[in-house]
Order: sequence, then C-alpha cells, then structure tokens
Amino acid sequence: MASLNQLNRKLLGRSLKSRSARAGFLFVFPAVSMMLLFLVTPVILAFSLGFTNAKFASPNEPKFIGIENFTEMLSLGQVTVEADPNDENVAYDNLRVFTKPSNNSPYAGMQILSESYSADGTKADFTVAGDALFWKSLLNTLVFAAVIAPLQGGLALVLALLINSKIRGKVFFRTVYFIPVVTSMVVVSILWIFFYQKDGLANVILDAVIPGFEPVSFLTSPELAMPAIIFMSAWQAVGFHMIIWLAGLQTIPGELYEAAKVDGANFWQQFRAVTWPGLRTTFVFILIIISIQAMGVFTQINVMTQGGPLDSTTTFVFHIFREGFRKNDIGYSSALAIVFFVIVVTISVIQRRLTRDKD
Amino acid sequence: MKTKFSLGLTIQYGFAIFFMLLFSLPLLFMISSSFKDPQTIFADVKSWRAFFPVGDVSFDQYLGVFDRLPLGLFLFNSIFISAVVVVLGLFVNSLAGFAIARLKFKGQNFILVALIATLVIPFETIAMPLLVLVNSLPMISFENGSLEFSTGWLNTYLVQIAPFIAWGFSIFLFVQYFKTIPKELDEAALIDGASFFTIYWRIIVPLAGPAFATSAILSFLAIWNAYLWPVMVVQTEALRTVQVGLDYFWASTSEEGTQWGEIMAYSTLITVPIIIVFVIFQRSFVASVASSGVKG
Repeated sequence: MASLNQLNRKLLGRSLKSRSARAGFLFVFPAVSMMLLFLVTPVILAFSLGFTNAKFASPNEPKFIGIENFTEMLSLGQVTVEADPNDENVAYDNLRVFTKPSNNSPYAGMQILSESYSADGTKADFTVAGDALFWKSLLNTLVFAAVIAPLQGGLALVLALLINSKIRGKVFFRTVYFIPVVTSMVVVSILWIFFYQKDGLANVILDAVIPGFEPVSFLTSPELAMPAIIFMSAWQAVGFHMIIWLAGLQTIPGELYEAAKVDGANFWQQFRAVTWPGLRTTFVFILIIISIQAMGVFTQINVMTQGGPLDSTTTFVFHIFREGFRKNDIGYSSALAIVFFVIVVTISVIQRRLTRDKD
Repeated sequence: MKTKFSLGLTIQYGFAIFFMLLFSLPLLFMISSSFKDPQTIFADVKSWRAFFPVGDVSFDQYLGVFDRLPLGLFLFNSIFISAVVVVLGLFVNSLAGFAIARLKFKGQNFILVALIATLVIPFETIAMPLLVLVNSLPMISFENGSLEFSTGWLNTYLVQIAPFIAWGFSIFLFVQYFKTIPKELDEAALIDGASFFTIYWRIIVPLAGPAFATSAILSFLAIWNAYLWPVMVVQTEALRTVQVGLDYFWASTSEEGTQWGEIMAYSTLITVPIIIVFVIFQRSFVASVASSGVKG
C-alpha cells in the first residue's frame, strides 16, 4: 500500500512538472515573442547597421564598412598652426589646410573640439575630432547625470522624510509632490520654456529674492541652459523617487527609532545610526535607476533647446536621434547607439560593484 | 491631545508647504493662464494673479484650440491607443509574470535576467532601427470589402500599439507582486484538479489588484505621454495623438507670436484629466510602486 502511494505521488509529481513546464512556456510566449520582435531585433539591427553606411529610405543598398563609423566617431587629433593676434581668421584658415575634407592629411574632415592660443597670440593649438559633437554630447550627458543623481535622489529623500514625519496631511502632500510625474514631459517642457523666458516666472521670482538681479533668458545662454534643464528635470521626476524612498523608510522597524530615542539621539544622530543604514538597498536601487534615466535624457532637450545654444545641451541620445532621424544616417546613428549601450551597461556594473554590501 | 509648540514640527510644516508650492504652482499657472489671453498672461506674471483665474478671464483660448485642431479626434486616438495597449499589456505581461514567479520551466531565470537587462535600454536609442523594422513588416488591411496585403506599418494604429504591449518593467512588477502571494493557494487548487490557467485567472489575478493598477497606470502614462514615436511613424492627421497636437501651436509661432493662452488651454485639456484619474487611484498605485522598488 505504502509503495503504491509513493508511486502514485511520484507519477503525479512528474506529470505536474511537465505540465508546469508546458504552461510556463505557453504563458511567457506572447510577451517574449513580442519583445524579441520589437526590442531585441532592433538592438541586433543597431549592432549590425552600426558597421554599415545605411541611410534611411535610400535607394542604395547598405554597404559593410567595418569599423569606419567608430574610427570616425572616436578619432582625435592635435594641430598647432601659425596665428595672427590681430586677425582670428588666420588661425582658422591655416587649420583648414589640414582639415579640408578633400585632402590627404590625417585630419581631413575633422571638426574643432577645442582651441587655445599661445600667450603672444602667434600660435594656435586646436584639438580636432572626427565627430566633435560625440565628445561634447558625451560630456554634457555625464555632467547631467552626475549633477541630477545627487540632486534628485537627495531631494527625493528629503521629501520622503517629510512625508514619513509626524506632520498631518501626508496623503495630500505626497499627492501634490507626485503630480508632476504624471504630467507629460512635453507639456512640462513647454511650460518651463515660458518660465525661463526673459520676462518669465523664473526671472520674476529671482528678482524678488535677489535685489538688483538682471533678468536672463535661461535657455539661450550657453552657461545657464543646461542647469535650467537639470532643475526642471529634477522637478518633474523627483516625486517618483520619493515614493521609492518612502517604501524603504517604512521597512525600518519602529523599535529602532524608539531605542535611539531612549538613548537620547537627536535627529541627525538618529538619521545616521538608524535611517541611513536601513535604506541601503533603496539607495542602490535609486542610484541606478536615476543614472540610467539621466543617461537617456532626450525629450526635454528636443522640445526646449534642440541641443543649443552652441551645443551646450546636446545630449548623447539627442545626438543619436539627430544623426538618425534628421540626417537619415542610420549606420552612424546605430554605431553611436552601440557605444551608448556599452557606456550605460558599464556604468550600471560599476555602480553595482561599488555599492555592493561587504557581507 | 497635547498641543505643544514644537520647533522641529514647525520647520517640517514650513518645508512641506514650500515644496507643495514648488510642485503645484507651475501647474496652477498652466490652468489659470488657460483662461487668459497672452497679453494678460504676461501682465499677470509679476503678481499672485499669475496662479489664479482672475481678472479678464474667458473660454476664448479653449475656443481657439478647437479652431486650430480636431481635438475630439486626437483625444479619441489617444484614448483608443492607450486603452488597447493597457488591456492587452495587462494580460500578456501578467501571464508572463505568473509563469516566471510561480511555475517551473527551463530558462525562466534567464528570461527574468534578460528582462531586467532590457530596462536599461532607452527607447530613443532603438527608435531608428525599430522604424526600419516596422517599415518592412507585412501588413494586412481590409479595404473595399477585400483583404489588401502590403508592406510597412507606417501611418496605422497598429504601429502605435503593437511595439508597446509587452513591457519588461510591467512583467518585473508582476513577478515581484505574485511572489508575495502564498504558494499554498496554488497547491490546494492543483489538488482540486485546477489547470494552471485557472489558477492564474481565478486565484492570482483577483489577489493582485494593486499590481494591475500600477502596471495599468504606468503604461497608460507612457503611451498617453508618448511623443517621439507618434511623430516618427504617423504623418496622417487622422491618426495623430494629443501630445503630437502640441506641434500645432509651435508651428504657428512665427507670424502671430506664440499663442501662450491656447498652449496653456490645450496643455490643461490633455493633462488635468490624467491628474484627476491619478488622484482617484493614487493609494493603490503608490503602494505598489513602492513594493516593487524596494525588493528590486
């Protein structure tokens, strides 16, 4: 009897296993096949198009050109030429001898990335690049991410601590802080274009707070456009990360706070000894999602500045988009996308390593 | 109740109210300005009036919006596309989430890891290759009583719907939530002879309300607010969505000056309904976003 029962259970277990395997495959099939078609295929397509000179809607067949897109993208050079302190065109004319696209110089077709002049102004040092915007947009994006990660993550934590404190009307405050998140980035961008005008709201408020403030047009200033966009982006998205911090705060047991209170800890001591250690996993999660989102910044650039003024707000993804969609240069745009994937994955891996628990 | 003056609490209220103003005033400005003409908007900027619909207010800006674009059509398109994506997405993604969280099959861990990896890919980076892809996919349409076969999905509803049904983040959300439901429920049902689909449909789905609410809201927001893709794949006005409609106001800036009043009216029309829906559902939404985040 006992052995029959065992056999029965074994058989049932086996058929259950195979039924589970079949159902599992069937249930993931719709989602996985759609993602293979609409996500994985485009990624593979990007990886193969990056090695061609493909143009969108062009009658010519795309040609395999090896790593040419990448050598153009990454090439850098240093050229020193004679200059004239009284006529700035002289230096540019001399440089053009090297960078004229049709000649045989190793710098043919390259663009100016940066320039500096000797003390007496008779020599000019140019750094030239195959794609100056690649370097500029990479730098702009890294700056954007490096500034917005602590700004947005920190502000979100302050908001979460406020909501988690003893104040009344928590649900009301939490809802208000979250509302910009549900507003479309296009609408938010247009709204803030208005605020950032010379006669807009930002200048009115700064004028009221700082005596003698000179109104500025934020989005047409090469120095201020990026900070202005960073501030607006943090304003729009911070509510989302506040919610995640809040969830982390609620996992910290109340007894720990009571114990800290018994020991006479003040707010700051309590934060350092109880709150912050309890938020470790949340911190890692927030750091990684903010960085990934920041590296992909696009919509606000496209709506507000189109990368200007003087390329000061051209971000990496905007550069990819402009090369591909505006110039129809899908091959080069895909090569940029490949480099982008590599950078984003590298950053995520480094962050995970650095923030990994010692245990 | 003890009413004791507390410096700490006062500071907390001070900050809470400061941030409340910071996050709400821009949107109050948008709504208030939608009732004013551009001259009034600029005149009011320097005072508190900027944030309230007072003074010379009217519905003229809204009438201007109706003159400029077919609002009803755009609203219908946005609602239709978002609704289809949300409904199909909830089904497809939760089913996949159920399989990964509660069934045992070969490669399920690999699928989960691959799904999480897809989350780091910003859509804009694959937009171009995706455009190339959908431009070469076969298309079947029904015209004049007969089936027409053609190539390319551009200028269709399909191209605005199909790529966004399966979504890694949504599946991940369901996996996290389904893992919190006790396994004993499945086992009991299996002993009673239930199929796996019955377990999914009759036991798991009814218990996962917050996960469905969150996934629905997040994917609805993403589709409703999408701008880049609709601009890339649709040239016919009849298929445009509300976000693309904002271009109608930008295009006209040169001759008559930016019609800020109309822009604010249109922005209000496409934003405020979403905010109202969010406020109604925010409790379950916030609860579930939070739970997905920490365990992730």
